[in-house]
Amino acid sequence: MSAASPAFSLKPSGQLRRRRLVSRLMESIGWLAALLAVGVLFLVIGSVAVRAWPALSWDFLTQPPALFGQPGGGISSAIVGSALIVALATAMAVPFGVLIAIYLTEFASRRVAQPIQLVLDVLNGVPTIVTGIFVYGLLVIGHGQSAYAGAFALAIVMLPLVSRAAQETLRLVPAALREGSLALGVSRWRSVVGVILPTTFGGILTGAVLAVARAAGETAPLLFTCSIFNPAVSTDVSSALPNIPVLIFTYSEQPDQALHEQAWGAALVLIVFVLLASLTAKALLARSRRKLGR
Amino acid sequence: MTDDVTIPVDVAPVEIAQQRTTPPSTQRDVVFDIRQLTVTYGATTAISGVDLEIYSNLITAFIGPSGCGKSTFIRSLNRMNDLVSGARVQGEVLYRGQDIYAAGVDPVEVRRRIGMVFQRANPFPKSIYDNVAWGPRVLGMKKNLDDRVEKALTGAALWDEVKDRLKKSALSLSGGQQQRLCIARAIAIEPEVLLLDEPASALDPIATSAIEDLMHQLKNEYTIVIVTHNMQQAARVADLTAFFSLEVTDGNRTGVLVEYAPTDKIFTNPGDTRTEDYVTGRFG
Repeated sequence: MSAASPAFSLKPSGQLRRRRLVSRLMESIGWLAALLAVGVLFLVIGSVAVRAWPALSWDFLTQPPALFGQPGGGISSAIVGSALIVALATAMAVPFGVLIAIYLTEFASRRVAQPIQLVLDVLNGVPTIVTGIFVYGLLVIGHGQSAYAGAFALAIVMLPLVSRAAQETLRLVPAALREGSLALGVSRWRSVVGVILPTTFGGILTGAVLAVARAAGETAPLLFTCSIFNPAVSTDVSSALPNIPVLIFTYSEQPDQALHEQAWGAALVLIVFVLLASLTAKALLARSRRKLGR
Repeated sequence: MTDDVTIPVDVAPVEIAQQRTTPPSTQRDVVFDIRQLTVTYGATTAISGVDLEIYSNLITAFIGPSGCGKSTFIRSLNRMNDLVSGARVQGEVLYRGQDIYAAGVDPVEVRRRIGMVFQRANPFPKSIYDNVAWGPRVLGMKKNLDDRVEKALTGAALWDEVKDRLKKSALSLSGGQQQRLCIARAIAIEPEVLLLDEPASALDPIATSAIEDLMHQLKNEYTIVIVTHNMQQAARVADLTAFFSLEVTDGNRTGVLVEYAPTDKIFTNPGDTRTEDYVTGRFG
Protein backbone atom coordinates (compact mmCIF):
# COMPACT_ATOMS: atom_id res chain seq x y z
CA MET A 1 0.00 0.00 0.00
CA SER A 2 2.08 2.82 -1.21
CA ALA A 3 0.72 6.25 -0.51
CA ALA A 4 1.36 9.12 -2.85
CA SER A 5 4.98 10.17 -2.45
CA PRO A 6 5.10 13.11 0.03
CA ALA A 7 5.92 16.59 -1.15
CA PHE A 8 8.96 16.70 1.05
CA SER A 9 11.20 14.18 2.80
CA LEU A 10 11.92 14.22 6.54
CA LYS A 11 14.84 11.87 6.07
CA PRO A 12 18.35 13.34 6.05
CA SER A 13 19.61 14.26 2.63
CA GLY A 14 22.47 16.13 1.00
CA GLN A 15 24.22 18.52 3.37
CA LEU A 16 22.54 17.11 6.46
CA ARG A 17 23.61 13.58 5.62
CA ARG A 18 27.22 14.71 5.24
CA ARG A 19 27.10 16.57 8.53
CA ARG A 20 25.75 13.54 10.29
CA LEU A 21 28.59 11.46 8.92
CA VAL A 22 31.24 13.95 10.04
CA SER A 23 29.59 14.21 13.44
CA ARG A 24 29.62 10.45 13.89
CA LEU A 25 33.25 10.29 12.79
CA MET A 26 34.35 12.96 15.26
CA GLU A 27 32.42 11.24 18.01
CA SER A 28 34.24 7.99 17.34
CA ILE A 29 37.63 9.74 17.37
CA GLY A 30 36.80 11.30 20.72
CA TRP A 31 35.68 7.93 22.02
CA LEU A 32 38.95 6.35 20.87
CA ALA A 33 40.99 9.08 22.57
CA ALA A 34 39.17 8.45 25.83
CA LEU A 35 39.70 4.72 25.42
CA LEU A 36 43.41 5.34 24.85
CA ALA A 37 43.74 7.26 28.13
CA VAL A 38 42.01 4.49 30.06
CA GLY A 39 44.01 1.90 28.17
CA VAL A 40 47.34 3.49 29.03
CA LEU A 41 46.44 3.52 32.73
CA PHE A 42 45.46 -0.14 32.67
CA LEU A 43 48.59 -1.02 30.72
CA VAL A 44 50.81 0.70 33.26
CA ILE A 45 49.06 -0.85 36.23
CA GLY A 46 48.90 -4.23 34.53
CA SER A 47 52.54 -4.40 33.50
CA VAL A 48 53.72 -3.21 36.90
CA ALA A 49 51.46 -5.71 38.65
CA VAL A 50 52.68 -8.62 36.49
CA ARG A 51 56.34 -7.83 37.11
CA ALA A 52 55.80 -7.05 40.77
CA TRP A 53 53.97 -10.28 41.38
CA PRO A 54 57.06 -12.48 42.20
CA ALA A 55 58.29 -9.94 44.76
CA LEU A 56 55.03 -9.51 46.59
CA SER A 57 54.61 -11.20 49.93
CA TRP A 58 53.76 -10.27 53.47
CA ASP A 59 57.47 -10.14 54.28
CA PHE A 60 58.03 -7.73 51.40
CA LEU A 61 55.78 -5.21 53.11
CA THR A 62 56.88 -5.84 56.69
CA GLN A 63 60.62 -6.62 56.51
CA PRO A 64 63.49 -4.18 56.09
CA PRO A 65 65.87 -4.75 53.15
CA ALA A 66 68.17 -7.76 53.43
CA LEU A 67 71.83 -7.20 54.13
CA PHE A 68 74.04 -6.90 51.08
CA GLY A 69 74.29 -10.11 49.11
CA GLN A 70 71.60 -11.93 51.09
CA PRO A 71 68.26 -12.99 49.59
CA GLY A 72 64.81 -11.82 50.73
CA GLY A 73 64.11 -8.64 52.60
CA GLY A 74 61.38 -6.09 52.05
CA ILE A 75 60.67 -2.41 51.80
CA SER A 76 59.16 -1.72 55.22
CA SER A 77 61.78 0.91 56.02
CA ALA A 78 61.02 2.72 52.75
CA ILE A 79 57.27 2.62 53.48
CA VAL A 80 57.85 4.06 56.96
CA GLY A 81 60.28 6.65 55.60
CA SER A 82 58.01 7.73 52.74
CA ALA A 83 55.06 8.00 55.12
CA LEU A 84 57.08 10.19 57.49
CA ILE A 85 58.50 12.42 54.76
CA VAL A 86 55.13 12.90 53.06
CA ALA A 87 53.42 13.53 56.41
CA LEU A 88 56.00 16.19 57.25
CA ALA A 89 55.64 17.76 53.80
CA THR A 90 51.84 17.76 54.19
CA ALA A 91 52.11 19.38 57.61
CA MET A 92 54.19 22.15 56.01
CA ALA A 93 52.31 22.62 52.73
CA VAL A 94 48.63 22.24 53.65
CA PRO A 95 48.30 24.95 56.33
CA PHE A 96 50.24 27.43 54.21
CA GLY A 97 48.45 26.46 51.01
CA VAL A 98 45.03 26.84 52.59
CA LEU A 99 45.98 30.15 54.21
CA ILE A 100 47.21 31.47 50.87
CA ALA A 101 43.96 30.37 49.21
CA ILE A 102 41.84 32.02 51.91
CA TYR A 103 43.85 35.20 51.63
CA LEU A 104 43.58 35.28 47.84
CA THR A 105 39.85 34.56 47.63
CA GLU A 106 38.51 36.26 50.75
CA PHE A 107 40.78 39.16 51.58
CA ALA A 108 43.17 40.25 48.84
CA SER A 109 42.16 42.86 46.31
CA ARG A 110 42.42 41.80 42.70
CA ARG A 111 45.56 43.92 42.24
CA VAL A 112 47.34 41.96 44.94
CA ALA A 113 45.79 38.58 44.17
CA GLN A 114 46.73 38.42 40.51
CA PRO A 115 50.53 38.61 40.88
CA ILE A 116 50.45 36.13 43.76
CA GLN A 117 48.38 33.82 41.61
CA LEU A 118 50.93 34.13 38.84
CA VAL A 119 53.77 33.31 41.22
CA LEU A 120 51.93 30.21 42.40
CA ASP A 121 51.37 29.10 38.82
CA VAL A 122 55.05 29.58 38.03
CA LEU A 123 55.99 27.68 41.20
CA ASN A 124 53.73 24.88 40.02
CA GLY A 125 55.62 24.80 36.74
CA VAL A 126 59.10 24.72 38.26
CA PRO A 127 60.70 21.35 37.38
CA THR A 128 60.93 19.27 40.52
CA ILE A 129 64.61 18.56 39.91
CA VAL A 130 65.19 22.32 40.22
CA THR A 131 63.28 22.35 43.50
CA GLY A 132 65.53 19.51 44.63
CA ILE A 133 68.71 21.39 43.76
CA PHE A 134 67.38 24.52 45.46
CA VAL A 135 66.71 22.70 48.71
CA TYR A 136 70.05 20.92 48.35
CA GLY A 137 71.77 24.32 48.31
CA LEU A 138 69.58 25.67 51.09
CA LEU A 139 69.41 22.85 53.62
CA VAL A 140 71.71 20.01 52.61
CA ILE A 141 75.06 21.69 51.98
CA GLY A 142 76.78 21.94 55.33
CA HIS A 143 74.12 19.94 57.17
CA GLY A 144 73.87 16.74 55.16
CA GLN A 145 70.79 15.03 53.83
CA SER A 146 67.78 14.62 56.05
CA ALA A 147 64.14 13.60 55.91
CA TYR A 148 63.02 17.11 56.72
CA ALA A 149 65.07 18.54 53.85
CA GLY A 150 63.27 16.05 51.58
CA ALA A 151 59.95 16.95 53.15
CA PHE A 152 60.66 20.64 52.60
CA ALA A 153 61.37 20.00 48.92
CA LEU A 154 58.14 18.01 48.60
CA ALA A 155 56.24 20.76 50.43
CA ILE A 156 57.37 23.24 47.77
CA VAL A 157 55.96 20.89 45.13
CA MET A 158 52.69 20.50 47.06
CA LEU A 159 52.12 24.12 48.01
CA PRO A 160 50.75 25.43 44.68
CA LEU A 161 48.64 22.29 44.23
CA VAL A 162 47.02 22.60 47.64
CA SER A 163 46.54 26.31 47.27
CA ARG A 164 45.01 26.08 43.80
CA ALA A 165 42.60 23.31 44.80
CA ALA A 166 41.54 25.22 47.92
CA GLN A 167 40.96 28.36 45.86
CA GLU A 168 38.78 26.48 43.39
CA THR A 169 36.63 25.21 46.25
CA LEU A 170 36.44 28.58 47.99
CA ARG A 171 35.30 30.17 44.74
CA LEU A 172 32.40 27.71 44.63
CA VAL A 173 30.99 29.18 47.85
CA PRO A 174 28.05 31.32 46.75
CA ALA A 175 28.44 35.05 47.43
CA ALA A 176 25.05 34.90 49.15
CA LEU A 177 26.55 32.77 51.90
CA ARG A 178 29.28 35.32 52.56
CA GLU A 179 26.76 38.15 52.58
CA GLY A 180 24.51 36.18 54.89
CA SER A 181 27.16 35.84 57.54
CA LEU A 182 28.57 39.35 57.14
CA ALA A 183 25.05 40.79 57.41
CA LEU A 184 24.92 39.36 60.94
CA GLY A 185 27.58 41.81 62.01
CA VAL A 186 30.22 39.11 62.11
CA SER A 187 33.78 40.03 61.26
CA ARG A 188 35.29 38.72 58.09
CA TRP A 189 37.65 36.19 59.60
CA ARG A 190 34.88 34.80 61.84
CA SER A 191 32.78 34.34 58.70
CA VAL A 192 35.63 32.48 57.08
CA VAL A 193 36.25 30.24 60.07
CA GLY A 194 32.62 29.71 61.01
CA VAL A 195 30.80 29.45 57.69
CA ILE A 196 33.08 29.33 54.67
CA LEU A 197 35.74 26.86 55.84
CA PRO A 198 33.26 24.29 57.20
CA THR A 199 31.36 24.51 53.91
CA THR A 200 34.48 23.92 51.85
CA PHE A 201 36.21 21.47 54.14
CA GLY A 202 35.64 18.48 51.86
CA GLY A 203 36.95 20.27 48.80
CA ILE A 204 40.06 21.51 50.56
CA LEU A 205 40.73 18.03 51.90
CA THR A 206 40.34 16.68 48.37
CA GLY A 207 43.05 19.01 47.12
CA ALA A 208 45.30 18.05 50.01
CA VAL A 209 44.85 14.34 49.35
CA LEU A 210 45.63 14.75 45.66
CA ALA A 211 48.75 16.75 46.54
CA VAL A 212 49.79 14.00 48.94
CA ALA A 213 49.36 11.44 46.17
CA ARG A 214 51.52 13.54 43.89
CA ALA A 215 54.21 14.11 46.51
CA ALA A 216 54.39 10.44 47.46
CA GLY A 217 55.65 9.60 43.98
CA GLU A 218 58.00 12.54 43.48
CA THR A 219 61.58 11.30 43.06
CA ALA A 220 63.63 14.24 41.84
CA PRO A 221 63.28 16.45 44.93
CA LEU A 222 64.39 13.53 47.11
CA LEU A 223 67.44 12.55 45.03
CA PHE A 224 69.38 15.54 46.30
CA THR A 225 67.91 15.76 49.75
CA CYS A 226 67.12 12.31 51.03
CA SER A 227 68.78 9.57 48.99
CA ILE A 228 71.83 8.40 50.96
CA PHE A 229 70.35 6.47 53.80
CA ASN A 230 70.76 3.55 56.14
CA PRO A 231 68.30 0.92 54.88
CA ALA A 232 67.12 -0.03 58.38
CA VAL A 233 63.74 1.15 59.71
CA SER A 234 64.18 4.52 61.33
CA THR A 235 61.98 7.41 62.41
CA ASP A 236 64.76 9.91 62.92
CA VAL A 237 63.79 12.73 60.56
CA SER A 238 67.06 14.60 61.10
CA SER A 239 68.83 11.93 59.03
CA ALA A 240 68.00 10.79 55.54
CA LEU A 241 65.31 8.09 55.59
CA PRO A 242 64.76 5.35 53.03
CA ASN A 243 61.76 6.10 50.81
CA ILE A 244 59.89 4.36 48.04
CA PRO A 245 60.66 6.58 45.01
CA VAL A 246 64.41 6.65 45.62
CA LEU A 247 64.37 2.94 46.44
CA ILE A 248 62.72 2.19 43.09
CA PHE A 249 65.30 4.36 41.36
CA THR A 250 68.37 2.81 43.03
CA TYR A 251 67.14 -0.81 42.90
CA SER A 252 66.40 -0.54 39.20
CA GLU A 253 69.98 0.54 38.62
CA GLN A 254 71.35 -2.56 40.34
CA PRO A 255 72.48 -5.65 38.37
CA ASP A 256 70.66 -7.98 40.80
CA GLN A 257 67.50 -9.50 39.31
CA ALA A 258 65.89 -9.87 42.77
CA LEU A 259 66.29 -6.16 43.38
CA HIS A 260 64.63 -5.42 40.04
CA GLU A 261 61.64 -7.43 41.16
CA GLN A 262 61.60 -5.54 44.44
CA ALA A 263 61.67 -2.25 42.54
CA TRP A 264 58.59 -3.37 40.60
CA GLY A 265 56.96 -4.41 43.85
CA ALA A 266 57.64 -1.02 45.39
CA ALA A 267 56.25 0.64 42.26
CA LEU A 268 53.03 -1.33 42.65
CA VAL A 269 52.77 -0.29 46.31
CA LEU A 270 53.16 3.33 45.22
CA ILE A 271 50.54 3.03 42.46
CA VAL A 272 48.05 1.38 44.77
CA PHE A 273 48.57 4.15 47.31
CA VAL A 274 48.03 6.86 44.69
CA LEU A 275 44.91 5.12 43.37
CA LEU A 276 43.45 4.81 46.85
CA ALA A 277 44.25 8.44 47.57
CA SER A 278 42.54 9.56 44.34
CA LEU A 279 39.45 7.52 45.11
CA THR A 280 39.34 8.99 48.62
CA ALA A 281 39.64 12.46 47.14
CA LYS A 282 36.78 11.72 44.76
CA ALA A 283 34.53 10.57 47.59
CA LEU A 284 35.40 13.62 49.69
CA LEU A 285 34.64 15.91 46.78
CA ALA A 286 31.24 14.33 46.23
CA ARG A 287 30.46 14.88 49.89
CA SER A 288 31.55 18.51 49.67
CA ARG A 289 29.41 19.13 46.58
CA ARG A 290 26.36 17.76 48.34
CA LYS A 291 27.00 20.15 51.20
CA LEU A 292 27.10 23.10 48.84
CA GLY A 293 23.84 21.93 47.35
CA ARG A 294 25.16 21.48 43.87
CA MET B 1 5.30 38.24 38.23
CA THR B 2 2.19 36.09 37.92
CA ASP B 3 0.84 37.46 41.20
CA ASP B 4 0.84 40.91 39.64
CA VAL B 5 -1.45 39.71 36.91
CA THR B 6 -4.11 38.05 39.02
CA ILE B 7 -5.28 41.37 40.47
CA PRO B 8 -5.76 44.41 38.25
CA VAL B 9 -2.87 46.63 39.24
CA ASP B 10 -4.71 49.91 39.24
CA VAL B 11 -7.44 48.79 41.65
CA ALA B 12 -6.13 46.47 44.34
CA PRO B 13 -3.22 48.45 45.81
CA VAL B 14 -5.39 51.46 46.20
CA GLU B 15 -8.10 49.61 48.08
CA ILE B 16 -5.62 47.93 50.38
CA ALA B 17 -3.68 51.08 51.01
CA GLN B 18 -6.78 53.05 51.89
CA GLN B 19 -7.47 50.76 54.81
CA ARG B 20 -4.30 51.74 56.61
CA THR B 21 -3.63 54.75 58.76
CA THR B 22 -0.12 56.08 59.05
CA PRO B 23 0.80 57.92 62.25
CA PRO B 24 1.11 61.66 61.82
CA SER B 25 4.59 62.88 61.09
CA THR B 26 5.00 64.58 64.46
CA GLN B 27 4.96 61.26 66.32
CA ARG B 28 7.65 59.67 64.22
CA ASP B 29 11.00 58.72 65.66
CA VAL B 30 13.76 59.10 63.08
CA VAL B 31 16.09 56.08 62.75
CA PHE B 32 17.77 56.90 59.47
CA ASP B 33 18.35 60.36 58.12
CA ILE B 34 19.78 60.01 54.64
CA ARG B 35 21.18 63.14 53.04
CA GLN B 36 22.18 63.50 49.39
CA LEU B 37 23.16 59.88 49.03
CA THR B 38 24.87 58.99 45.76
CA VAL B 39 26.22 55.53 45.04
CA THR B 40 28.46 54.85 42.06
CA TYR B 41 29.90 51.61 40.71
CA GLY B 42 32.98 52.61 38.77
CA ALA B 43 31.75 54.98 36.08
CA THR B 44 28.04 54.27 36.47
CA THR B 45 25.88 56.06 38.99
CA ALA B 46 23.33 53.70 40.53
CA ILE B 47 21.43 56.27 42.60
CA SER B 48 21.90 59.96 42.87
CA GLY B 49 21.06 62.59 45.48
CA VAL B 50 18.60 60.70 47.64
CA ASP B 51 17.18 62.49 50.71
CA LEU B 52 15.00 60.35 52.91
CA GLU B 53 14.10 59.68 56.54
CA ILE B 54 13.18 56.27 57.93
CA TYR B 55 11.14 56.05 61.10
CA SER B 56 11.14 53.71 64.03
CA ASN B 57 8.68 50.80 64.19
CA LEU B 58 7.21 51.52 60.80
CA ILE B 59 7.50 49.55 57.61
CA THR B 60 9.05 51.56 54.83
CA ALA B 61 8.84 50.13 51.32
CA PHE B 62 10.99 51.03 48.32
CA ILE B 63 9.29 50.39 45.01
CA GLY B 64 10.24 51.15 41.44
CA PRO B 65 11.13 49.57 38.11
CA SER B 66 14.11 47.20 37.81
CA GLY B 67 17.47 48.88 37.75
CA CYS B 68 16.25 51.99 39.56
CA GLY B 69 18.75 51.48 42.37
CA LYS B 70 16.40 50.45 45.15
CA SER B 71 18.51 47.43 46.05
CA THR B 72 21.66 49.53 45.91
CA PHE B 73 19.98 52.01 48.21
CA ILE B 74 18.91 49.48 50.83
CA ARG B 75 22.34 47.86 50.74
CA SER B 76 23.95 51.21 51.49
CA LEU B 77 22.00 51.39 54.77
CA ASN B 78 24.13 48.71 56.44
CA ARG B 79 27.24 49.06 54.33
CA MET B 80 26.72 45.84 52.39
CA ASN B 81 27.85 47.78 49.33
CA ASP B 82 31.33 47.79 50.85
CA LEU B 83 31.59 44.20 49.65
CA VAL B 84 31.12 45.22 46.02
CA SER B 85 34.45 46.22 44.55
CA GLY B 86 34.29 49.63 42.91
CA ALA B 87 31.26 50.81 44.86
CA ARG B 88 31.57 54.36 46.19
CA VAL B 89 29.18 56.16 48.48
CA GLN B 90 28.84 59.92 48.76
CA GLY B 91 26.55 61.86 51.05
CA GLU B 92 25.52 60.95 54.57
CA VAL B 93 23.60 58.09 56.10
CA LEU B 94 22.86 59.15 59.66
CA TYR B 95 21.75 56.25 61.82
CA ARG B 96 20.43 57.64 65.10
CA GLY B 97 22.41 60.77 64.34
CA GLN B 98 25.72 59.08 63.50
CA ASP B 99 27.06 58.87 59.98
CA ILE B 100 27.69 55.18 59.28
CA TYR B 101 30.18 56.15 56.58
CA ALA B 102 32.22 58.40 58.87
CA ALA B 103 35.90 57.63 59.40
CA GLY B 104 36.51 55.12 62.14
CA VAL B 105 33.11 53.47 61.83
CA ASP B 106 33.38 49.69 61.66
CA PRO B 107 30.93 48.22 59.13
CA VAL B 108 30.81 45.07 61.23
CA GLU B 109 29.39 47.11 64.12
CA VAL B 110 26.89 48.75 61.76
CA ARG B 111 25.63 45.42 60.46
CA ARG B 112 25.34 44.09 63.98
CA ARG B 113 22.64 46.74 64.62
CA ILE B 114 21.11 46.77 61.16
CA GLY B 115 20.26 43.26 60.00
CA MET B 116 19.51 42.18 56.48
CA VAL B 117 17.54 39.47 54.71
CA PHE B 118 18.24 38.84 51.05
CA GLN B 119 16.27 38.12 47.92
CA ARG B 120 17.21 34.48 47.86
CA ALA B 121 17.18 32.55 51.09
CA ASN B 122 20.79 31.86 52.03
CA PRO B 123 20.81 29.53 55.02
CA PHE B 124 24.21 28.25 56.08
CA PRO B 125 24.88 24.58 55.34
CA LYS B 126 24.45 23.86 59.04
CA SER B 127 21.61 22.56 61.18
CA ILE B 128 18.48 24.65 61.68
CA TYR B 129 19.54 25.31 65.26
CA ASP B 130 23.08 26.32 64.33
CA ASN B 131 21.86 28.66 61.62
CA VAL B 132 20.12 30.72 64.27
CA ALA B 133 22.61 30.13 67.08
CA TRP B 134 25.78 30.87 65.12
CA GLY B 135 25.40 34.66 65.06
CA PRO B 136 24.69 35.04 68.80
CA ARG B 137 27.45 32.57 69.62
CA VAL B 138 30.06 34.42 67.58
CA LEU B 139 28.92 37.78 68.91
CA GLY B 140 29.24 36.60 72.52
CA MET B 141 25.52 36.32 73.32
CA LYS B 142 25.92 32.81 74.66
CA LYS B 143 23.63 33.06 77.67
CA ASN B 144 20.41 31.05 77.36
CA LEU B 145 21.22 30.26 73.77
CA ASP B 146 18.43 27.70 73.51
CA ASP B 147 15.88 30.28 74.65
CA ARG B 148 17.28 32.81 72.23
CA VAL B 149 17.00 30.37 69.34
CA GLU B 150 13.44 29.48 70.30
CA LYS B 151 12.49 33.14 70.62
CA ALA B 152 13.97 33.99 67.23
CA LEU B 153 12.31 31.04 65.52
CA THR B 154 9.01 31.88 67.20
CA GLY B 155 9.45 35.48 66.12
CA ALA B 156 9.93 34.33 62.54
CA ALA B 157 6.79 32.14 62.79
CA LEU B 158 8.84 29.02 62.17
CA TRP B 159 9.17 27.43 65.62
CA ASP B 160 6.14 25.10 65.39
CA GLU B 161 7.29 23.75 62.05
CA VAL B 162 10.88 22.99 63.05
CA LYS B 163 10.92 22.44 66.82
CA ASP B 164 11.11 18.66 66.39
CA ARG B 165 13.95 18.74 63.88
CA LEU B 166 16.29 21.47 65.03
CA LYS B 167 19.33 19.27 64.36
CA LYS B 168 18.33 18.63 60.74
CA SER B 169 20.08 20.49 57.94
CA ALA B 170 18.62 23.88 57.12
CA LEU B 171 18.83 22.94 53.45
CA SER B 172 16.07 20.37 54.01
CA LEU B 173 13.53 23.17 54.57
CA SER B 174 11.26 24.53 51.84
CA GLY B 175 12.03 27.87 50.19
CA GLY B 176 9.54 29.80 52.33
CA GLN B 177 10.77 28.12 55.49
CA GLN B 178 14.38 28.87 54.53
CA GLN B 179 13.53 32.53 54.11
CA ARG B 180 11.82 32.63 57.52
CA LEU B 181 14.89 30.88 58.93
CA CYS B 182 17.00 33.70 57.52
CA ILE B 183 14.69 36.18 59.23
CA ALA B 184 15.04 34.21 62.47
CA ARG B 185 18.81 34.27 62.02
CA ALA B 186 18.73 38.02 61.54
CA ILE B 187 16.52 38.76 64.58
CA ALA B 188 18.41 36.34 66.84
CA ILE B 189 21.09 38.98 67.33
CA GLU B 190 18.44 41.59 68.19
CA PRO B 191 19.15 44.30 65.64
CA GLU B 192 17.15 47.49 65.71
CA VAL B 193 16.50 47.60 61.99
CA LEU B 194 15.68 44.82 59.55
CA LEU B 195 16.44 45.44 55.90
CA LEU B 196 14.54 43.11 53.59
CA ASP B 197 15.76 43.06 49.99
CA GLU B 198 12.88 41.56 47.96
CA PRO B 199 12.41 38.86 50.59
CA ALA B 200 9.45 37.20 48.88
CA SER B 201 10.37 37.48 45.22
CA ALA B 202 11.45 33.84 44.98
CA LEU B 203 8.51 32.49 46.99
CA ASP B 204 5.08 31.18 46.10
CA PRO B 205 1.97 33.20 47.13
CA ILE B 206 1.32 31.21 50.31
CA ALA B 207 4.88 31.61 51.56
CA THR B 208 4.77 35.27 50.52
CA SER B 209 1.66 35.84 52.57
CA ALA B 210 3.34 34.17 55.58
CA ILE B 211 6.28 36.55 55.26
CA GLU B 212 3.97 39.55 54.98
CA ASP B 213 2.00 38.53 58.09
CA LEU B 214 5.31 38.16 59.82
CA MET B 215 6.35 41.69 58.91
CA HIS B 216 3.25 43.11 60.57
CA GLN B 217 4.19 41.29 63.77
CA LEU B 218 7.86 42.22 63.60
CA LYS B 219 7.17 45.90 63.20
CA ASN B 220 6.29 46.16 66.90
CA GLU B 221 9.88 45.37 67.78
CA TYR B 222 11.87 46.36 64.74
CA THR B 223 12.09 49.08 62.19
CA ILE B 224 11.58 47.42 58.83
CA VAL B 225 12.72 48.53 55.42
CA ILE B 226 11.64 46.44 52.46
CA VAL B 227 12.53 46.57 48.80
CA THR B 228 9.91 45.06 46.57
CA HIS B 229 9.10 45.00 42.90
CA ASN B 230 5.59 43.96 43.79
CA MET B 231 3.31 46.95 44.27
CA GLN B 232 0.54 44.98 45.94
CA GLN B 233 3.06 43.86 48.50
CA ALA B 234 4.09 47.42 49.28
CA ALA B 235 0.45 48.42 49.52
CA ARG B 236 -0.31 45.53 51.85
CA VAL B 237 2.59 45.90 54.28
CA ALA B 238 4.10 49.35 54.18
CA ASP B 239 3.28 52.42 56.23
CA LEU B 240 5.45 54.62 54.06
CA THR B 241 6.43 54.05 50.47
CA ALA B 242 9.26 55.55 48.49
CA PHE B 243 9.04 55.41 44.72
CA PHE B 244 12.34 55.29 42.85
CA SER B 245 12.63 55.74 39.14
CA LEU B 246 15.21 55.96 36.40
CA GLU B 247 16.33 59.23 35.02
CA VAL B 248 18.13 59.15 31.70
CA THR B 249 20.59 61.94 31.03
CA ASP B 250 23.09 61.74 28.15
CA GLY B 251 22.40 58.04 27.83
CA ASN B 252 23.33 57.38 31.49
CA ARG B 253 20.62 55.79 33.56
CA THR B 254 20.54 56.94 37.15
CA GLY B 255 18.17 55.96 39.94
CA VAL B 256 16.45 58.82 41.69
CA LEU B 257 13.91 59.11 44.48
CA VAL B 258 10.74 60.48 42.93
CA GLU B 259 8.31 60.51 45.77
CA TYR B 260 8.20 59.47 49.41
CA ALA B 261 4.90 59.55 51.25
CA PRO B 262 2.48 57.50 53.33
CA THR B 263 1.56 54.40 51.36
CA ASP B 264 -2.09 55.36 50.87
CA LYS B 265 -1.06 58.66 49.38
CA ILE B 266 1.37 57.03 46.96
CA PHE B 267 -1.31 54.68 45.72
CA THR B 268 -4.37 56.94 45.84
CA ASN B 269 -3.15 60.45 45.35
CA PRO B 270 0.43 60.48 44.14
CA GLY B 271 2.07 63.88 43.91
CA ASP B 272 4.13 63.09 40.84
CA THR B 273 2.92 61.95 37.45
CA ARG B 274 5.76 59.39 37.24
CA THR B 275 4.52 57.77 40.44
CA GLU B 276 0.99 57.78 39.11
CA ASP B 277 2.07 56.18 35.84
CA TYR B 278 3.91 53.47 37.72
CA VAL B 279 1.26 52.61 40.33
CA THR B 280 -1.52 52.59 37.75
CA GLY B 281 0.47 50.25 35.55
CA ARG B 282 1.14 52.62 32.67
CA PHE B 283 4.87 52.24 33.16
CA GLY B 284 7.27 49.66 34.56
